[in-house]
Amino acid sequence: MYNQTEIIKDTSELGAEGELVINMGPQHPATHGVLHLVVTLNGETIKKIEPHLGYIHRSIEKMCESLTYRQFIYVTSRMDYLSSHINNLGCALLVEKGMAIEVPDRAKYIRVILSELTRIASHELWLGAMAMDLGAFTPFFYAFREREMITDIMEDTCGARLTMNYIVPGGLMYDIHPDFQKKVKAFITQFKSKVTEYEDLVTNNVIFQSRTKGVGILSAEDAISYGCTGPVARASGVSCDIRKLYPYEVYDKVEFDEVLETAGDSFARYIVRVKEMNQSIRIIEQLIDNIPEGDFVGKTKNVLKLPKGEFYTRVETARGEFGVYIVSEGGTTPHRIKFRSPGFSNLSVLNHIAAGSKIGDLMASMGTLDLVIPDIDR
Amino acid sequence: MTNEEIKEYISSIAPAATFDETGEWLNMIVESAQLKPTMAALRTGKMQMNYLFCLTCVDFKTHLTMVYHLSATTHRQSIVIKANLNREQAMIETVCDIWRTAEFLEREVFEMFGVDFTNHPDLRKLILEEENPKGFDEKKGYWPLRKDFEDPINMIKL
Repeated sequence: MYNQTEIIKDTSELGAEGELVINMGPQHPATHGVLHLVVTLNGETIKKIEPHLGYIHRSIEKMCESLTYRQFIYVTSRMDYLSSHINNLGCALLVEKGMAIEVPDRAKYIRVILSELTRIASHELWLGAMAMDLGAFTPFFYAFREREMITDIMEDTCGARLTMNYIVPGGLMYDIHPDFQKKVKAFITQFKSKVTEYEDLVTNNVIFQSRTKGVGILSAEDAISYGCTGPVARASGVSCDIRKLYPYEVYDKVEFDEVLETAGDSFARYIVRVKEMNQSIRIIEQLIDNIPEGDFVGKTKNVLKLPKGEFYTRVETARGEFGVYIVSEGGTTPHRIKFRSPGFSNLSVLNHIAAGSKIGDLMASMGTLDLVIPDIDR
Repeated sequence: MTNEEIKEYISSIAPAATFDETGEWLNMIVESAQLKPTMAALRTGKMQMNYLFCLTCVDFKTHLTMVYHLSATTHRQSIVIKANLNREQAMIETVCDIWRTAEFLEREVFEMFGVDFTNHPDLRKLILEEENPKGFDEKKGYWPLRKDFEDPINMIKL
């Protein structure tokens, strides 16, 4: 007989304290790729998140050790495929720094304009996909409407819509399309008239705000300690924009603001990215009419050989600080190459910001980290 | 803070440290046993290097070198710390209690180079499969980014 007033609390079959382990991914719609999270739950509360990586690991660092300094740039487009142009730029800058190659002004201007277009395209995709993770389907179509214009511009000029491979050490592969300036201006007009729609549709949406405000809070100290960069760190108030701190190309000639928020929650990360798109438009507006005439590529030797030593460059991609570290022995191929990818560090903070929250909030926390899996696995 | 002042400060913590100023940033090579106290002193005190932005390892065929790129969000000065390791018995103390980002980065170095990080809270493979492929020489170790790594199935030599 059992005591009718006593509640039986036997959780021995469920494991310690009623823990439940679930696998999210590798084929989960919200992980945007093949990220595998092993989530330990207590009821609906997350106790621990453990990422399992490697589903799209191609060992790019090893591959690059047998590619020449002209060839290895193409591989980097396949890492963070949404900011492939900026990845290419980082690698080209390193080779130019190591060999003291002079880059013509025309190439510098075009590189910056295309970098900012890439940043907008990346943030547009993130906006649509993140809203879709949270259950809003319409923003996806709004965001892709503008993104389509950018990919068309890229297709005209670079010949590809996603993996551009347009930058070579010394400048650009070929000159811009004759319609480039006209099309970019048309895009700016279109974007400016439509960006308020995002505010009406997403930013001012009550459901969106209540699902993201106060969710996944990251403090400034933790952001630095975890090595977070880009919009993730700037939403916590950490000033980390490489374009401002260590200006490359013509970023020191243009006026723009580093977007900073202090709340550190998912909504702040959203706001930072939306405001960053407007800053990118501001940069493009200053440069598009002033592209200097002249060569689009500087004079380089046929065979590039980096002098013996160590080189490091960093650029600001849509996700944060992208660093390239090369150890050269003086030959035509690098001895060791290391890519400091922003996604890798941003992923490592996921357990810290999501542990203790409900599993439904994981979508908001993870979505606003803006993870691109090939960038993490490399 | 000038490089001279940093050198003086480092020499007071790790007297055996050697310096190299040929590159972009100040490089210093410390003994692997001295690494942890040096790093702890750089994080606190007057340097306040709170941002570890790159942690990796390089195989120089005769030895391995751990490379730590440090910076600070206050004064924005970057320095590079290096420690040479024995190839057969690669062992160094973890820094992931100083910078949390090191936890994942050290796990990556562990599986790619076979460097054993002592006192690491969770030293497992991160990217590769947990079990090595069948038929692989276990004594040699399965460390893909080492220079003597050979994979007859998946690797194409150029």
